[in-house]
Amino acid sequence: MSDSFSLAGTTFTSRLIIGTGKYRSYEEMKAAHSASGAEMVTVAVNRLPLDGSSESFLDHLDPKMKILPNTAGCYDADYAIRTARLAREALGTDWIKLEVIGDPVTLLPDNEQTLEAARTLVKEGFVVLPYFTDDLIMAKKLLGIGCPAVMPLAAPIGSGMGVQNPSNLRIMREQLPDAVIIVDAGVGVPSDAAIAMELGADAILMNTAIAEARDAAQMATAMNYAVKAGRLAFLSGRMPKRLYASASSPIERAIK
Amino acid sequence: MITIYLNGEAREIPLETDLVHLLEVFSLPSKRIAIELNKNVIRHADWPVTRVREGDKLEVVHFVGGG
Repeated sequence: MSDSFSLAGTTFTSRLIIGTGKYRSYEEMKAAHSASGAEMVTVAVNRLPLDGSSESFLDHLDPKMKILPNTAGCYDADYAIRTARLAREALGTDWIKLEVIGDPVTLLPDNEQTLEAARTLVKEGFVVLPYFTDDLIMAKKLLGIGCPAVMPLAAPIGSGMGVQNPSNLRIMREQLPDAVIIVDAGVGVPSDAAIAMELGADAILMNTAIAEARDAAQMATAMNYAVKAGRLAFLSGRMPKRLYASASSPIERAIK
Repeated sequence: MITIYLNGEAREIPLETDLVHLLEVFSLPSKRIAIELNKNVIRHADWPVTRVREGDKLEVVHFVGGG
């Protein structure tokens, strides 16, 4: 199946984007990344330890992977903008997963601050991929200021609860048929990923569901299949839901 | 010696220390990192000509695993 999607001039054949956090070892992370088929991974920007002990985390990533730095841990637009600028300088990439968190317990996004940061970063030439609440109006605003994609949540980060508001994603898909929609955060199991793709998401970004699986590489394989299955189902068009049964076998000439 | 705030920690460094020297003083890597001086990112090319002053706040960042 050749079913690629494009983002800011880059074509991806895999619709699964995965994180690099929470793995128990580098070996496990590398095996999971390989099994996932993903072509882009997220990384976080952090203070360098001053004891000289740090090794470059990036050395443990497959050099073929596109690296997408994030602004995780930022609670207002200013911090997110500073983090994005630092990421660009360190990595030489204009791409940024914009994440402005509004609350430490739920890790739900602060949409207002996200929009403000996105506006500044787009003007500075960043390719801004914003994580936000699954809200159509917010998606329109983010696209309107120049974000090449929007990344609505399925559920809170790391919750593994799956798509909590399928109607919101469906409405977003129907109302924004040409937008790139990447469901980011909250996927727990492959069926969650499949549901998001069946609803019309262009891609899924996940981390914890793979990293916290007992067998991360095997779960990454399962997610790879699920994203593909969900995509195929979306393209195929689902049957209508009916309240009553509709026999699959001809019953008119059944024996009596 | 002057006092600076490096990644939130007060540290003493010699006068006239530039950013290249600063990384050496603390045995920090110089590749795939970025430096912010008083909330402004300093381009890699400008590290040798950027000197740190008393009370400066520096953030030196690298990449770690994240989602």
